[in-house]
Amino acid sequence: MMRFLLLFSRQGKLRLQKWFTPITEREKKKIIRDMTTLVLARQPRSCNFLQWKDLKIIYKRYASLYFCLAVENQENELLALEVIHRYVELLDKYFGNVCELDIIFNFEKAYFILDEFLMGGEIQETSKQMVNRSIEASDMLQEVRCTGTNAHPDLNHTRSIVISHVVFICLFAGVGILKRLGFWCFTKQ
Amino acid sequence: MSPSVPLQEMIRAIRSARTQCEERGVIQRECAAIRAQFRQSDNGGRSHNLAKLLYVHMLGYPAHFGQMECVRMIASPRYSEKRVGYLGAMMLLDEKQDASLLITNSIKNDLSHSNQYVQSLALCTLACMGSAEMCRDLAPEIDRLLQSSNSYIKKKAALCAVHIVRKVQDLGELFVPAARSLLSEKNHGVLHGAVVLITQLCERNPETLKRFRKVCLVWFFLQTVPDLVQIMKGLIISGYSPEHDVSGISDPFLQVRILRLLRILGRNSESASDAMNDLLAQVATNTDSTKTVGNAVLYETVLTVLDIKSESGLRVLAVNILGRFLLNSDRNIRYIAMTSLQKIVGTDHNAVQRHRGTIVDCLKDQDASVKRRALELSLALVSASNIRSMIKELLLFLSSCPPELKAQATSGIFIAAERYAPSKRWHIDTILHVLTTAGGDVRDETVPNLIHLITSASELHCYTVHKLYRALLTDISQQSLVQVACWCIGEYGDLLLKGECQETEPVQVSEDDVLDALETVLQSHMSSSATRGFALTATMKLSTRITDNVDRIRSIVSIYGSCIDVELQQRAVEYNALFKKYDHMRAAVLERMPLIEKNNSGNANGEATRETLTETNSSRTAQEERVPPPPQQQPAKQTYDLLDLLGGASEPLQQSPAAQTLPIITSSSAGGDLLDLLGGLEPTPGPVTPAPSATVYEKDGVTLTLSCEQQSDSSLAVTLTATNASQSDISGFTLQAAVPKSVQLNMNAPSRDSLPAQGAAQLTQLVMLNNPNKVNLKMRIRISYTRQGSAFQDMVQVDSLPGLGAAGHT
Repeated sequence: MMRFLLLFSRQGKLRLQKWFTPITEREKKKIIRDMTTLVLARQPRSCNFLQWKDLKIIYKRYASLYFCLAVENQENELLALEVIHRYVELLDKYFGNVCELDIIFNFEKAYFILDEFLMGGEIQETSKQMVNRSIEASDMLQEVRCTGTNAHPDLNHTRSIVISHVVFICLFAGVGILKRLGFWCFTKQ
Repeated sequence: MSPSVPLQEMIRAIRSARTQCEERGVIQRECAAIRAQFRQSDNGGRSHNLAKLLYVHMLGYPAHFGQMECVRMIASPRYSEKRVGYLGAMMLLDEKQDASLLITNSIKNDLSHSNQYVQSLALCTLACMGSAEMCRDLAPEIDRLLQSSNSYIKKKAALCAVHIVRKVQDLGELFVPAARSLLSEKNHGVLHGAVVLITQLCERNPETLKRFRKVCLVWFFLQTVPDLVQIMKGLIISGYSPEHDVSGISDPFLQVRILRLLRILGRNSESASDAMNDLLAQVATNTDSTKTVGNAVLYETVLTVLDIKSESGLRVLAVNILGRFLLNSDRNIRYIAMTSLQKIVGTDHNAVQRHRGTIVDCLKDQDASVKRRALELSLALVSASNIRSMIKELLLFLSSCPPELKAQATSGIFIAAERYAPSKRWHIDTILHVLTTAGGDVRDETVPNLIHLITSASELHCYTVHKLYRALLTDISQQSLVQVACWCIGEYGDLLLKGECQETEPVQVSEDDVLDALETVLQSHMSSSATRGFALTATMKLSTRITDNVDRIRSIVSIYGSCIDVELQQRAVEYNALFKKYDHMRAAVLERMPLIEKNNSGNANGEATRETLTETNSSRTAQEERVPPPPQQQPAKQTYDLLDLLGGASEPLQQSPAAQTLPIITSSSAGGDLLDLLGGLEPTPGPVTPAPSATVYEKDGVTLTLSCEQQSDSSLAVTLTATNASQSDISGFTLQAAVPKSVQLNMNAPSRDSLPAQGAAQLTQLVMLNNPNKVNLKMRIRISYTRQGSAFQDMVQVDSLPGLGAAGHT
């Protein structure tokens, strides 16, 4: 089982934290401090695995972000590396060439994606496409159900996708109608 | 009320704050606005207000005022608000907060919602922060969802069930049938969830199972082994499946989980292990190991093979895979290879020995994690045949080792050297080498161990003392080394001064040189107090081994007679006395020591005090058994007499130059039962003859009488008798006794431990006293008992024991 997942920048600023066991706020702060110090002190080309207390820590650096995952002792470390990689791929697919700023400004989206991929410290869905489809469907549900003028101001690109889809559909529909009219005109003549 | 800014604006504002103070200001303003918004009734912007609060929380600022808002938003009918509300619940609420109970009802409702995404939100939150009560409430719902037809919900429900089983172990039975049936699903997500659930059910805590008298479910799930094997085969053999493929491996996550479950099921079952043999061989040979995913699957396979009752060919295959991993250029792979080899080095020692060379090479790796693993594995691989080369490598490693590994390395080297040393000289050399490189990180027992080793190697005394003298001249900062060196120079100073030695080049050492060296140690500020003690004693011992400079020794010793350190002062004063009043005894007292018997019970007298023994053979090895002393011959010093209220704590050093003996502990008290005053050594049977008795204590109806009988010149048998004349019963009656320091006390077990009312029965306890120094015998007795539920304790001092004619008061 995974115990926690932390994302932090090269300066040690936390960008995402997911805890899979109940821990007090104080403990959380302490763990975050410990993790950032431990991981940031590592040499650039060292082993990605650490032993910390009774947990194994697997970390990987992607651009300016460190992904740090803590698992219990009987877990497979190489697979944990794959889990981190899979999460990065999901983020990349969603945001399109994801960078740290995307995660800063759309942190709740990062959490939603994580909640579709991992749950209760275990992997939920092993297929990338399934996860992506679920996220898109939830987002669309969110847009449809959003009423009132104070709509969600943070534009996510699925909204634009929806709009562009709608436009396309209208266009096609329009062309189809015109064609049919034309046909009718032809036949009428 | 300031207008609330959109979330992204706020994030931008916080990021552009140049100082911590500015950032705090922005956040305080925003939090105030958010709080105001929360107090308002429903408006459209609630979700992004909560999102702002969650961002602030992630930066580390307090956000507890958002908890109730989360609860409200979860209950909202709008999906966007529910989504953010559940996210807030997972971040702000945990099972320790009271507000978490309030969302139980919302979760329950949402679990039966018509929209699957709402259901999934509820399931996810329950799996993340569900407390034990929530789990108990909602377990039947989860079970129902496990049997729904929607695979999206099923996979989430499975993981929710895993969480419930973790929290409330006895609910596991509820999910067993559903878990079994889920294995026939085609959807990989559901399959994965099912495998995880079965793994969790099989791994349940055995104590909890015993407490609830439930049966372990592994036997039940053994029937799933053929299905699991089938699924795995399908994954390996099947062609390219775009949905689950990762670098050529089809769904490695599921493969690894299935392998783990097979490991648990096959661990204690021959039949299950047989059923998996083919599959494991297939996976091990067919998996592509160029990428990390392939290696992950191979790694899991190897772990499974090594853990179940597999056939030997398969085990050899597994160890070979690990050997291949060791040669991999990727550090991660080498690290996990060594971790796995560590697990099997006990059982498959020879197989691991084949890779010793590579492992030792890893000691030189740059990476700290790899180094640590290599060290542990190297220490486990040391054996009689490779001891010399291994220790050479380890000593090399010690010189460049990171400080956090030094202690482990030194103790490992010592243990290995002790077990497999090919010769005494090699052993001594090795220990000296370690002391010079890493003397600050060795354990305290090293000094007495080394001294014992040196004394037992009588042919090497000359060589040893020369080497140590040279080491002392170069460096006096390593305390353990200096202590040993001082001791040796004191003992074998005459050999040092003779100058000739077969094993090393002879060097001319004059008496002044030796005394100079010892004086440097005495005066250096780097020497600890213990080291100084060693040096002073060594100087004193040299007074009988050298001829010319005895006066210099006398002056050194008398200087320290006024030293501030009490320990040194005491020693110096005693040595001075030895010069002045007991000069005739000096030679005898300071002569060469016989072989010390190694006291394995971790005697805290680490310093090399002058100790003599009963007759010992010179061929005693370090691991010999302790011999019970003949009862009245040996006054064993009571270093463990903690209740010695009449004399304070015992000092670690002897008081007078008179020889003192090592406490030789019998095996019965070897456990270090320091407070066991009610029966340390074997009780010596003594007839309780009627002797003059005196009543020493009388209170609340409890009477204690004491009678003595002289057994021999210095031993005394004291009988304590207690009676209860009151109306209520007494239980748990115990007596504890303390005597002056030089007297030995030996209490036998009491005849009973309860005193019924009105003197129906009495309690007797025999105490043996041994008073070799004929001091005034006093005794302090503590009485404790329980009467009518309340505990009672009292103490009485007996200044003169009846029946001893000569014993008077002080």
